[in-house]
Amino acid sequence: MIAAIALGFAAKKFAVEVDPRELAAMEVLPGANCGACGFPGCAGFAKAVIDGKAEINQCPPGGADVVAKLARILGVEATTAAREVAVVLCQGDNQKAKLKFQYLGLEDCNAAQKIAGGAKACPGGCLGLGSCERICPFDAIEMTADGLAVISREKCTGCKKCIAVCPRNVIRMTPYESTTHVLCNSNDKGALVRKYCQIGCIGCHICKKTVPDAYVIENFLATVVYEEDADAAEAIDKCPTKCICDFSEGYPDGSIFVAVKDDNSDAA
Amino acid sequence: MSQLYLSSSPHVHSGETTSAVMRAVIYSLIPACLVAVYFFGPSALSVLLIATLGCLATEAVCQRLMRQPVTISDGSAAITGILLALNLPPTCPWWMTLLGAVIAIAVGKQVYGGLGANPFNPALVARVVLLISFPVQMTTWSKPAPIGSGLDLVTTATPLGEWKNAVMLTGKMPEAASGSTINYLLGNMPGCVGEVSALALLLGAAYLFYRKILTWHIPVTFVGTVVVLSGIFWLVNPAKYPDPIFHLLTGGLVLGAFYMATDMVTTPVSPKGMLIFGVGCGVLTVLIRLFGGYPEGVSFAILLMNAATPLIDRYTRPKIFGALKAEGAK
Amino acid sequence: MKLKTFKGGIHPPDNKQWSEHKAIEDCPLPDELIVPLSQHIGAPAVACVEVGQQVAKGQEIGAAKGFVSVPVHAPTSGEVVAIESRPHPGGASLPAVVIRADGEDRWSGDLQGADPSSLSVEEIVEKVRSAGVVGMGGAAFPAHVKMSPPPEKPIRTLVFNGVECEPYLTADHRMMLEETERVLQGVAILQYVYGAERVVIGVEANKPDAIALLQKECADNPVEVMPLEVKYPQGAEKQLISAATGREVPSGGLPMDVGVAVHNVSSAAAVTDAVMLGRPLIERICTVTGPAIREPKNLRIRIGMPLSHLVGVCGGLTEEPGKIILGGPMMGFTQAGLDAPTTRGTSGLLLLRDEDVAKSPEGPCIRCARCVDACPMNLLPTTIAAYSRRDLVAEAEEYCAMDCIECGSCSYVCPACLPLVQSIRYGKAAVLAKKRNS
Repeated sequence: MIAAIALGFAAKKFAVEVDPRELAAMEVLPGANCGACGFPGCAGFAKAVIDGKAEINQCPPGGADVVAKLARILGVEATTAAREVAVVLCQGDNQKAKLKFQYLGLEDCNAAQKIAGGAKACPGGCLGLGSCERICPFDAIEMTADGLAVISREKCTGCKKCIAVCPRNVIRMTPYESTTHVLCNSNDKGALVRKYCQIGCIGCHICKKTVPDAYVIENFLATVVYEEDADAAEAIDKCPTKCICDFSEGYPDGSIFVAVKDDNSDAA
Repeated sequence: MSQLYLSSSPHVHSGETTSAVMRAVIYSLIPACLVAVYFFGPSALSVLLIATLGCLATEAVCQRLMRQPVTISDGSAAITGILLALNLPPTCPWWMTLLGAVIAIAVGKQVYGGLGANPFNPALVARVVLLISFPVQMTTWSKPAPIGSGLDLVTTATPLGEWKNAVMLTGKMPEAASGSTINYLLGNMPGCVGEVSALALLLGAAYLFYRKILTWHIPVTFVGTVVVLSGIFWLVNPAKYPDPIFHLLTGGLVLGAFYMATDMVTTPVSPKGMLIFGVGCGVLTVLIRLFGGYPEGVSFAILLMNAATPLIDRYTRPKIFGALKAEGAK
Repeated sequence: MKLKTFKGGIHPPDNKQWSEHKAIEDCPLPDELIVPLSQHIGAPAVACVEVGQQVAKGQEIGAAKGFVSVPVHAPTSGEVVAIESRPHPGGASLPAVVIRADGEDRWSGDLQGADPSSLSVEEIVEKVRSAGVVGMGGAAFPAHVKMSPPPEKPIRTLVFNGVECEPYLTADHRMMLEETERVLQGVAILQYVYGAERVVIGVEANKPDAIALLQKECADNPVEVMPLEVKYPQGAEKQLISAATGREVPSGGLPMDVGVAVHNVSSAAAVTDAVMLGRPLIERICTVTGPAIREPKNLRIRIGMPLSHLVGVCGGLTEEPGKIILGGPMMGFTQAGLDAPTTRGTSGLLLLRDEDVAKSPEGPCIRCARCVDACPMNLLPTTIAAYSRRDLVAEAEEYCAMDCIECGSCSYVCPACLPLVQSIRYGKAAVLAKKRNS
């Protein structure tokens, strides 16, 4: 009883003054403590925003909604950044891409990468051991039955944790609005790519010939120019290896994520 | 397709796998099961079968429900079932045995994440739940009726129960102990299915020692503590307290010390921790037996020490190679 | 008499019967030798020859870069045909000097031997450094660095490692039997360098012939030949010191902290060549063995021989190998092919069949504590591994992850077949990364 009173007193007496705006900011943040902002958890970010050490648009998971709310708390204008989502630039699962050898051991991409550079013959291909799936705080990544990471456009908040953990740099940030991607990460010559992957980019330039503005080819690998990608989808049917994919039309085979037509126009 | 394997070192393995360990434990329990069936007949057999099959089925159902690979072939569920059966009275009704099996696997093991993650011995969790829920059925014992003797199972009390009742009522040892030491050793006494024959249990334990699956730490300290502590009480007041041999051979001490308290999952990993665990079990057992409400304390003692295991592990980390001098060097 | 040893450890089948009675054979030269510029712990050497240049055997072709580095030398005479990235036993492709052998195998004329008693300690250390001598037990740590302890850490006891506790390997065993003279010369030179009071050669008791021979040869000098209990990892540096001297190298410390230096017996022989003949380390003994090789052998190989060449010399493969391991089965590295060359650390090439590969899937830890019993460092491997796998770096460090010597004993005994060592290694890398960032 006495202890309770003492504790109560102590709590009152030693209570730390917290800026009420900080608490308000905490309220509107997603609370996932994902660390995408670069501060220790949502509380750290809230404090940093109030102290003026962070911009209000530095919380990718929160999106435009959080930016608007934080702007209201601080009484400043909302500065929205375009929403970005992570995409795995690879379709070479265990059916479609060859392995150099069988890997035995820890189910972790970074550990596997240390053994002779990873089992997948393609130097840029997804290793499929799910390090990104485990680190994703938003359940946005799924491993298909054939060992390929697939990221849901709808669930991805752009926190970039998967990008940091992937040893093969196969995950990239792309504008949410862009749904057409070249799903390949191999800089090897076409003839070599054909040897180890059925669905890799062989650098044939057909996509660029079809929609010249929407594609660039560097190091035998085509990439979508996301600023100019309005007509990029036209090249999908022309691609001989089917490595260009429109995610609004569907995710790679084997994924449980289903295609959702983009009607989410308020996100822009 | 390339069949070359690459991995991190080491590239060889002892070949001793979890299921091999589990199989060895099952083999080691065969003598005790046979003795049980001999003394208690078909009722013991049915308890054994229901408990084992019940555990296997529960494990399969749980894992199917949680969309996990079904691993009943690793033998761990079967061991839980057998140990549960050995900890039940032979007259236990079938539905209670089955309930026990479901509790053991579902509540004692799978809710924590399955094999290796449970803090308490699953079989003991089930036994204690049953003991608290159905005290009458769980403390209805019968005299052994060896196969061929033509005897029926006659309800009676265990030697420990008999002693407890007498002490509770009169404050003295019962007039005539119901059995002789040799009968206790062989298992010719009332008790749980598997706890009666110290000899059969020790035979199985010897095999486990030989296979290096058991280490001496827990059984020796557990039994030793019980013997020493009960010996002190006996020397102080032999009229009230039974002698250590009685403690040793009646009740579930041998079963508990060699099979239940040595469950790897729920006991400390370091040798020092195991010693503390064994001593703790022994002290609690004697205290519960002599001063508690229940005549038998082995199950409670082990479960209490299971709860202390993480703490013991935390404070008994082995001193690493080169640790002492490191402090001197700094 | 009870043999000396350490606490913990395991008893894997030693499988040395394939090659332990086979005398060392000279391995014929291949057409092309690939000499990696990085064959040691420390900075890689820098190529100091050009494509098209003729080199003589023993000529320096890569210059050391920094103190913890050693030069590399041409393993035979011939023409440098390429300086480019080639497959390295470590897994990646690393710079190497490719030499086409001219078949003459002509020694360079610059190599000068000397009588060690006429040299100062510094001169000997310099000869060892310029000869590129590294620890030949596997770690390949430059020997001259070890031989230059700071003055406040005098070396009183010198321990030679003839344990060879890795299963299958018999290279050091044959070395001690057939080249006893070279080994003991090196022992004497190193004793002179360190000024050590006590010299011990530790040999596991499963090599009684080597122990008897060494004891006979050392009868009239103060070198102690110590038979040690057959137990893995008896040859690990800290465990060997513990057995031979009873002293424990402090956590995070080096052998010199307890006044001890350890050298492999093969390194001792290399020191002899370096000092008395002026010859660099361009050859070593390598055991080619395993159930998938037709004729297991102990070969005297040159550095830079492709593994496929060794396999050819040993009669080829009996079947497609399941695993190709450079070194022993406990701590060796698996290879993705036979293209990589041998290096100074190549003590063995082990070829396992598909059926010899341990493929059991991992299960949950049942806390059986076998890893705790087996750990020669007295760690809690399963705890460290569990923390490492969950990226709990601080916890892994607190449980002394950095003290792990990666001997593999825990993984060997784990009934759940958990990749404990790999997990701990992963955790150690995370701890180091964290330290670098802070």
